Amino acid sequence: MNAHGHSEHGLPAGRNGDDPVIAVVGAGPAGLRAVETLAAAGLRPVLIDEAARPGGQIYRQPPPGAERPAEALYGLEAPKARVLHALVPALGESIDYRPETLVWNIGGDRLDLKTARGFETLDFDRLVLATGAMDRVLPFPGWTLPGVFTLGAAQIALKAQGAAIGRRVALVGAGPLLPLVVHQYLKAGATVVAALDVTPFGAKVAALPGLMNEPATLAKGLWYTARNALAGRRIVSGVRAIRVEGEGRVTSLVWQDAKGREHRVACDAVGASFGLRSECQLADLAGVKLRFEPTTRQWIPERDQSGRTSRPDVYVAGDGAGIGGADAAELQGERAALALLQDLGRPVDAARVARLDARLARQARFRAALERAYPFPAHLLAAVSDDEIVCRCEGVTVGLLRSTATGRDAHEMNRLKALSRIGMGRCQGRVCGQAAAELLAAARGAEVATVGRLRGNPPVKPIPIREAIR
Amino acid sequence: MSAIVTAPTVTGPVRADVAIVGGGVAALSAAVTLKKAGLSVVLMEKRLCGAGASGVNFGGVRQQGREFVELPLSARSRKLWDGLSKFLGEDVEFEATGHIKLARSEADLAELERYAETAREWGLDLTMLGPNAVHDALPWLGERVVGASLSPTDGQANPRLVGPAYARLARRLGVDVREHTPVTGATRTADGFVVEAAGVTVHARYLVNAAGAGGGLVASAFGEPVPVSPLMPNMLVTEPLPYFVERSIGVVGGDVYVRQIRRGNVIFGGGSGWRDAATDLARPVTEQSLGGMARTLHLVPGLVEAQVIRSWSGIDGQMPDHIPVVGPSSTTPGLVHAFGFSGHGFQLGPAIGMILAELVLDGRTESPIAPFAITRFKDWAGGPGEAVTHVEH
Repeated sequence: MNAHGHSEHGLPAGRNGDDPVIAVVGAGPAGLRAVETLAAAGLRPVLIDEAARPGGQIYRQPPPGAERPAEALYGLEAPKARVLHALVPALGESIDYRPETLVWNIGGDRLDLKTARGFETLDFDRLVLATGAMDRVLPFPGWTLPGVFTLGAAQIALKAQGAAIGRRVALVGAGPLLPLVVHQYLKAGATVVAALDVTPFGAKVAALPGLMNEPATLAKGLWYTARNALAGRRIVSGVRAIRVEGEGRVTSLVWQDAKGREHRVACDAVGASFGLRSECQLADLAGVKLRFEPTTRQWIPERDQSGRTSRPDVYVAGDGAGIGGADAAELQGERAALALLQDLGRPVDAARVARLDARLARQARFRAALERAYPFPAHLLAAVSDDEIVCRCEGVTVGLLRSTATGRDAHEMNRLKALSRIGMGRCQGRVCGQAAAELLAAARGAEVATVGRLRGNPPVKPIPIREAIR
Repeated sequence: MSAIVTAPTVTGPVRADVAIVGGGVAALSAAVTLKKAGLSVVLMEKRLCGAGASGVNFGGVRQQGREFVELPLSARSRKLWDGLSKFLGEDVEFEATGHIKLARSEADLAELERYAETAREWGLDLTMLGPNAVHDALPWLGERVVGASLSPTDGQANPRLVGPAYARLARRLGVDVREHTPVTGATRTADGFVVEAAGVTVHARYLVNAAGAGGGLVASAFGEPVPVSPLMPNMLVTEPLPYFVERSIGVVGGDVYVRQIRRGNVIFGGGSGWRDAATDLARPVTEQSLGGMARTLHLVPGLVEAQVIRSWSGIDGQMPDHIPVVGPSSTTPGLVHAFGFSGHGFQLGPAIGMILAELVLDGRTESPIAPFAITRFKDWAGGPGEAVTHVEH
């Protein structure tokens, strides 16, 4: 094991012995802008990423040898993707880039890593967490059938593998990701047999004034919607009672429209998710204070606009610091790096900071409007029957959660976990945790903020026991 | 900016026959027994019942390997475990799977033989297994094991379920169980005790101190300080695997212990975790976890393809001589103690609660508790005892 954070060629993580070790976790838009900014200031940050190639999820790259044109993969975002992908090669030795590396724990000022070489550690002086987000999953009838994916997974299949999730695909969502995935699927030549939004149309109309804060982004959203409509795939708003049918495999999707009429469409795959959730387990393990964010109904790291957290040597940026989207993530990554440089006593261009802050403030207003346009559809859970599985790792049903909540005095998430096994499986509650919190709160007639959250413990993702004897 | 002022919760003082500090298994068992005997009981727990040492241990229900003076109490508790799920009205997953303690050297084996000989005099029957017998019994064993001793009546249970189930039983019976109620002070008055806790003042004739790692603070308040220090188990869990580790496994020296639940997850532990003084929560320590993983693999090589998916720690009270304080206060009539179980109180809990109840109701108990008297620390000159590197929890 390497206790001093030296990279594989034996070079210290810093350019010389006096430079602080700055670790940036995540090579999506936030992490990439952070390392770019730090490297430009003459530091040599360590960039740690689970993926084999930089880009994060939104600008995920295909594996070597399977490259396709950026336009095909990222649509209107292709220029941004190209710029970000080019960053790491351009930065070269001015950063210490460590792909295919999982940070599975943070203890004090040390990262525990799993790499292709085994378990390693990295002692840091400053840490930027740009850990991103994943889909918010809610249980609905049939959601565990083979052939059901999240929208994010449907996108990743397209970007990383060049494959659609099926031949006849139905897409369901509650967020701005839905029109984008529909567009990407249509563009890739897939057959999209249904595009369903559980959000009432009225919510989107009401949010329009706020969305004008980012006219270009709004225009893109409208453009996707228009293109989808031209391609014959209008998104239906306000759908309810989604149900996937099939024996051992998806065969159809059933839903009710806003007027209560039932529809059924034959399909062999469904992409469904209901917004995004921040990946903040590492922030939790680092001891960063989390706070409940009422609009999106989730726990996120407490931070100021520059990305400073309750822990003076830890910064957060991007969707892992609260859902803001890729453009905000780039700005936040740069801003957090500047805050870090300021805190190190390095000179920082005040005008640049002011410009970033102004753009971030506008982004925040846009985001707030977007969250109003696509409110988290917690109401869908009220209709979910007791038979549905909510935690697929442990096979915990909605009914068991509800009865544990009311009949066994579980009024808090960790107690619910102890008694029901929710969140005890491989995903550690990353998939089921938020749905469980909603179900717990609803069963007890409490606000979701009051039921708490699953406390973090290592490992954040499974680690192979065999590496302990290597 | 002005400070935020919150109005204090106004509640009148609560009166009860017995006030109990702590919400672990021993405390709750005492509450249940006292309530059934007709006394009124208020129980105060700083977090959630069963969330402390009772809920974060390995889940071993083991007599083997204990200090001999603990064996009579352990035997009494073992009888209770057989009917515990029925008694509590909830399945706490107790199974008498047996407990096997492995010898990895001739010296270890000699130690096991000496232990078995004396344990028999204390009423615990152990079966010695030679190298062939132990590998026949546990064909998946990898480590060079030269022998073992088996306690067939020992077993395992789910520690996360026992405390909460006890708490619900106590509530059903009418015990006033107050969670998130940390005790801030306690005094003796002419007619009993006054206990100050968050949001409540409790007046009681008797006071039970079952406050785990905090037990020393309560004892100090009555002029009998004791050297209790925190102890944190370091536990890990694999993904579910086919069921094959049918026994609960320990080793001489206690540096690793392994069991598998019917669900398939293998639970193992070794070493000690880290306590965050700011939050009073504990967390596993990476070196300890990796060491525990390596030692577990030597013992059970078949786990080599498994993934570790979860880990945990928690806080127990550790005494310098690794046995608890159980018995009446030496300074204050009406006060009884049970704390400092030093990492192995889970099995004892149900009986300890009954002993506490007997001490309150009758002023005495049939169980031999003299070795656990608080007076043994009367002239204690040192600080808390040395941290133990390994405890089989």
